[in-house]
Amino acid sequence: MATVWYLVRRVAQAVLVIFLVTIVVFGLLHALPGGPARGILGAQATAQQIAAFNHEQGLDKPLVAQYFYYLRTLLHGDLGTSYTLNEPVSALIVQRLPRTLVLTVLSAVLGLLLAIPVGMWQAVRRNKPFDYAMTALSFVAYATPVYFFGLVLVLVFSQALRWFPSQAPQGDTLGQVLSDPAGLVLPVVAGAASMVAVFSRYMRAATLENLSEDYVRTARAGGAGQRAILLRHVFRNSLTPVVAMLGYYVPVLFGGALVVEQLFNYPGMGLLFWSAAQSSDYPVLLGCVLVISVATVVGTLLADIVQRIIDPRVVAGNS
Amino acid sequence: MTVLQPTATPVAEPVTGLRLSLRRFLRNRLAVIGLAVVVLFVLFCFVGPLLYQTDQTHTALGQVNQPPSGAHPLGTDAVGHDELGRLMYGGGVSLLVGLAAGALATIIGMLWGAVAGYTGGWVDAAMMRVVDAGIAIPALFVLLVISAIVSPGVWGMVAILGLVSWLVPSRLIRAETLTLSHRDYVLTLRAIGGTHARAITRHILPNSISTIVVAATFQIADAIMLVAYVSYLGLGVRPPRTDWGGMLSAGLTAVYSGRWWLILPPGLAVILVVCAFNAIGDGLRDAFDVRGRS
Repeated sequence: MATVWYLVRRVAQAVLVIFLVTIVVFGLLHALPGGPARGILGAQATAQQIAAFNHEQGLDKPLVAQYFYYLRTLLHGDLGTSYTLNEPVSALIVQRLPRTLVLTVLSAVLGLLLAIPVGMWQAVRRNKPFDYAMTALSFVAYATPVYFFGLVLVLVFSQALRWFPSQAPQGDTLGQVLSDPAGLVLPVVAGAASMVAVFSRYMRAATLENLSEDYVRTARAGGAGQRAILLRHVFRNSLTPVVAMLGYYVPVLFGGALVVEQLFNYPGMGLLFWSAAQSSDYPVLLGCVLVISVATVVGTLLADIVQRIIDPRVVAGNS
Repeated sequence: MTVLQPTATPVAEPVTGLRLSLRRFLRNRLAVIGLAVVVLFVLFCFVGPLLYQTDQTHTALGQVNQPPSGAHPLGTDAVGHDELGRLMYGGGVSLLVGLAAGALATIIGMLWGAVAGYTGGWVDAAMMRVVDAGIAIPALFVLLVISAIVSPGVWGMVAILGLVSWLVPSRLIRAETLTLSHRDYVLTLRAIGGTHARAITRHILPNSISTIVVAATFQIADAIMLVAYVSYLGLGVRPPRTDWGGMLSAGLTAVYSGRWWLILPPGLAVILVVCAFNAIGDGLRDAFDVRGRS
C-alpha cells in the first residue's frame, strides 16, 4: 500500500515539475527580443504584423491568461515554427529525436558493458593496483570534456591512423544511418567515455555493499565459490540499481549528444539545437529544451520508481 | 611548507578542529598535488602574461597556423595569436569565471539553504520544493538558451552560471542547518533575545563553514567545465575575449588540418584544473569529515 501511495505522490510531483518547466520556458519565450509573436511569425515580421498577431492571439491580454493560452497550444503539440527551417518545431524534433536516441542508446549500452565488469572487478580487487588505476582513470575521464575527447579521437583514429571516418553516417532514415556502422564508431565511443567513468564508480560501490551483506556470508558458509557468489548473487543484486541510475542521467546524455552530434555532423536533435543556437532560432531552442526537460523528469521518475520497488527501504520523499 | 613532526608535544599544544583538519588535508597527497596544480595555473594565467608578453587583441595574418617553434612554443592559431599566450589569457577567463561563478552559486545556495533549514515548517517545505523542481530542469540547456538570448559578457556569464547552479549547495547547507539550529547555543541565543539573523550569521553559517567550503570547491570545478562547454558551442565568452572552451571551438577546423597544438593544450588544461579542484574538494571533505558529493 505504501508503495502505491508513493507512486501516486511521485507521479503527481513529476506532473507539477513539468508545469514548472512550462512556466520557465514561457518566461524565456517572453524574454526573447520581440516576444512570442516573433517566435511564431519569424524574424522578418513587421511591427504591424506583430501587433495584429498579438491582438488576434490574445497576446495583449494579461500574462496569466497568455500562459494558459500557451499551455493549450502545447497540449495540441504546437511548439511554434522554426525561423530558419520554416517547418513546425514539433515536426523537426519528431524527425531527429529517433536518431539521437540511437546514438545515445548505443553509447549507453557500450558504456554499461564496459563499466559493469570494470566496477565489479575493482570491488573484488579493492585497493589493489587495478582498482587504483581504474579509479585514477575515471577521475580523469570525469573531468574530460566530451568534445575534447571526441576531438582527440578524430585526431588519432581518423586523421593519424585512418581507421574510422570522422563523419557520422548521413541520411534521413534510421536505416541509412545504421547502414554505415564504421561511421558510428567514434561518435558512440566519444559518448560512452564519461558513462564508463561514472557508472564504474556506481558498480564498484554497489558490489562492495553487496559483498558485505549477510547473504554473501551465508552463501560462503554454504560452500559457494567466489565465482558463483559474484555471478549469481552480487551481480544480479547490483545490476538493477546501477542501471536505474541511467534515469538520472538523461540530461547528461543529451548534453553529450549535443556536442558529439556537432562534432561528427550527425543529423540528430543535438545538431538541430546547435545550429538553432548559431542562428538564434529560438522556437527550436525552446522546443528542444521542453522535450529534454520532460525526458529528464520522466527519467528521474522511472529511476526513483525502480529504486523504490527493488529496495522499499528507500523512503518516499527522501530523494 | 614546514615538516610536520608527529612527536612534537601533542599534549601541550591544543589542537583545534581547524588545525586538525588542515593537518589531515596536508596528509592527503592527491589534494596537496591538486592545490599545487591550481597555484601553478593561477601563476601561469595571471603572472605569466607579464613575463611572456603577446598580442592577444590584434590579428596577425602574416603568421597564422604556425606549428610550434622557437618563436611560438605552442604555435599560432588561425588569426595569428600566439597559442601559449592565448592559453594564459583564456585560462585567466576560465579561472575567473569558474571561481566567481562557483562562489556566487555557493553564496546563493548558502543563504537559501540556511534560511530554509533554520525557519523550518512550511517555509522550509516550500523553499525545498522549489529546489527539487529546479534540479529536475536540465540546467545545461537552460544555460545555453539564456546565453543564446542575452549574449552575456564575462560577468553576465558568471551571473547566469551562478543562477542555474546554486541548487545542490542549498540542499547540502540546509541539511547542515537543520542539525545546527537545534543546538544549545542557538537556542540560548534565541532565549536571551538574539535575532534570527544573528543566529544565522553568527552561529549557523560559521559552523557550517566546512560544508560550505567543500561545496564551493566542487562548484568551481563544475563551473569551469560548464563555461568551457558553453564557450565551445560559441555561446559563452565571446570574441575577442576567450576561455579554454572558446579556444576549442575552433578545434573542429583545426582537427582536419592536423593542428594538434590548437587542441591539446586548452583541453589538457581544462582536465588538469578540473581534476585539481575535484582532488582539493575530496581532500577537504575527508579532512573536515563532512558529507558532500562522492
